[in-house]
Amino acid sequence: MAPILDVRNLQTHFFTKGGVLKAVDGVSFEIGAGEIVGLVGESGSGKSITGFSILGLVDAPGRIVGGEILFKGKDLKTLPVAEMQKMRGSSIAMIFQDPMMTLNPVLRIETQMIEAIQTHDSSVSKDEARQRSRDALGLVGISSPEERMRAYPHQFSGGMRQRVSIAIAMLNRPDLIIADEPTTALDVTIQGQVIHEMQKLCKKTKTALLWITHDLAVVAGISSRICVMYAGRIVEQGPNEALIGSPMHPYTNGLLGSVPSQNRRGEPLQQIEGIVPSLLDLPPGCAFENRCSHAVDACSQSAPDEMVMADQRILRCFNRVGQDQT
Amino acid sequence: MKPLLKVSNVSRDFIKSLDLVAKFLNRLGQDHREEIVHAVDDVSFEVFNGEVVGIVGESGCGKSTLGKMVAGILPPTAGQVHFDSANKSEGATPDDLKTQMIFQDPFSSLNPRKKVIDILTEAPVHHGLIKASEKREFALDMLNRVGLDSSALGRYPHQFSGGQRQRIGIARALAVSPELLVCDESIAALDVSIQAQVLNLFVKLKQDYDLTYLFISHDIGVIEHISDRVIVMYLGRIVETAPIEAFVKQPNHPYTKALLEGVPRLEIGHRNYEPVSGEIPSPLDPPTGCHFHPRCKHSSERCKAVRPALVEITPDHFSACHLNDSE
Repeated sequence: MAPILDVRNLQTHFFTKGGVLKAVDGVSFEIGAGEIVGLVGESGSGKSITGFSILGLVDAPGRIVGGEILFKGKDLKTLPVAEMQKMRGSSIAMIFQDPMMTLNPVLRIETQMIEAIQTHDSSVSKDEARQRSRDALGLVGISSPEERMRAYPHQFSGGMRQRVSIAIAMLNRPDLIIADEPTTALDVTIQGQVIHEMQKLCKKTKTALLWITHDLAVVAGISSRICVMYAGRIVEQGPNEALIGSPMHPYTNGLLGSVPSQNRRGEPLQQIEGIVPSLLDLPPGCAFENRCSHAVDACSQSAPDEMVMADQRILRCFNRVGQDQT
Repeated sequence: MKPLLKVSNVSRDFIKSLDLVAKFLNRLGQDHREEIVHAVDDVSFEVFNGEVVGIVGESGCGKSTLGKMVAGILPPTAGQVHFDSANKSEGATPDDLKTQMIFQDPFSSLNPRKKVIDILTEAPVHHGLIKASEKREFALDMLNRVGLDSSALGRYPHQFSGGQRQRIGIARALAVSPELLVCDESIAALDVSIQAQVLNLFVKLKQDYDLTYLFISHDIGVIEHISDRVIVMYLGRIVETAPIEAFVKQPNHPYTKALLEGVPRLEIGHRNYEPVSGEIPSPLDPPTGCHFHPRCKHSSERCKAVRPALVEITPDHFSACHLNDSE
C-alpha cells in the first residue's frame, strides 16, 4: 500500500548572517494510513522544522532547498500557495505544543470550529457545522460539549484546550495529523488522557499521525515506528520494539541510557558527554562524532549514508552498537 | 535520630484582596469576597540527614510553594519550618544559609549582567565566609565541583548552554556550604541527554559533600531514580509518603496509583493508555472531603464529606485514604 506521506531527502536550510544553517539535511521517512510515527530528538535537532516543512510553514530566512514531500503521491513542495492553503487544516492538520497560542482568545470555541469547517467547504450550513463541531468535542472526551462550545479558550484548563485543538484538527477528517510536542505542556494524568484519545482516534478514523517529541518514553508507548533525529538528520529509524530493544546507533543507545528507569535505581545514568554542536558549524564527518563513544577514524572524514538493515531499520553509522570493534 | 528538617502543620494561603470597585460595591450591599487559594494546606513531614526526599505532584499541587517555604523564601501563613543543623562546629555557616535552592529555569535564575565569578562569590563574600581576595580561587574550586573549568570565570550567563547554566546555579548554591538543597524542577528545562548529566552530578555531589536533597519534580522517572523517600501531593495536601520501594511496588493511595500508571515507560513499550478521568480541580475551589474524590474510582459518600487523615499503614508508609480504615 502506498504511504500517505513519503518524505524523501528533505532539506530545509536557513540562510542567516552567520552562514547557512542546515536545520533539516536529508530527512526521509514514510507514514502509512492509520500509522503513528514518532519523531524524536533534542532541541535544535530539526524535528519541529521537519514538521513545519511538510506543511509549508517555514518562514524566511528558511527555505526548503531540496527533496520531495509526497502526500498521497503529490509533491507538496511544488504545490501553488492557494492549493497548499486548502490542504492545510483539511487534508493535513497540525497540533502545536501550546494550545493557548493556537486558539484565538477573543472568539468562542464554537465560532472557531465552525469557521474551520466553512473555510474549507462553504456548502456546509452553519447548523451542520455546529453539529459536527459538537460531535468532534464529544469524541475527544469533553463532557457536555453543547455548553462548553459557548466558552472562550481561557475558560478551559490546559488539558482541555489541547483537546479542543485536537478536535479542531480532526474536524475536516484529515488523512494526516502532525503533532508537535502535543503533550509536553501537560501534567502526567492529563497527558495519559490526551494520548489515550489520540490513539483511539487514529485507530478509528485511519488517520496517519506524525508525533514529534523529545520524550522517547511517550512515543515508545504509542508509535509503530520511531525516527531519531540528531543535528538535522535521522540517524536511526525502525520499528518501535526493535529500536527501543536493541538500538544500533550510539546516539539512540545513549538517549535510552539517559532515561531514568526503575530498573537501574540509584546507579549513575549512562550519559552522553558534551552538548549538541552548533548547526552553523557542523564537523565534516558524522555530527555525533565528538560525543560518540564508538567513533572510529572514518567518522571524522565523511558523514555516513543511510543503510537499510535486516529488520527494516535505517541507520546512519559506521560503527554501530553491537558490531565488533574494528 | 533527630531530623535535619522538620516541617510541622505548615500552610500557605494566597489571598487576592478586593479591588476598589468590589469594596465600593460591598458598601452598597453586594457580597464580594476575597479569593483565597490554599496552596499548601496543613503539611507535615521530616527529612533526615543524608536523605533524598522526592516531592511529586501535578501543577497546582503546591509542591513549589512548599519548596520555597522550606528554603525560607516564602514565610508560611501557619505552622513551622524547623531546621536543625547536623554540623554545629565553630565557624560553620549560620543555619539560615544551610538551606539553598536550585531553580527550574537556568535562564532567569542567574543575573545576566554579572560574570560567573561574581555570581558564585557574591553570597560568601557578603556573609564573610571568604575574603574578597580569595574570590578567584574560591570560584574556581566551585566550578571544578560541578564540572566546569576556569575559562568560565570571566564569562556571562548568556554565553553558556542550558546545562552549563544549571551547573552554575548549582555551584552558586554550593558556595555557602549548605546541608540541604531544595531542587525545584531543577532538570525539567533540560534536554534528555543533559538531564542525565545533571542528575548524575546531583548524585555525585551528594556523596562528595554529604548533602541532603528535597527534590521537587513532576517527572516520576526522575523521582524514582534519585529519591529514598517520596511525598505525593495533590491540591495542597500530602496524600501519601512512602519509602521508594513501597512507592514503586505497593502504592496505596488511588491518586498515586493513577500517577504511576500514567507515566510513559520505555520498559513497557507499546500499550493502550487507560487514564484516570477528570481534570485537576481549581485550587480556588477545591472539592470537599478528600480532594481526589471526584476523579477516584473508589469514592464513597464518606470521601465527599470527611477529609482523610494521613495515617501510617505500614512502617514509614503513610497514606491519606478512607479505604484503609474499612479493612
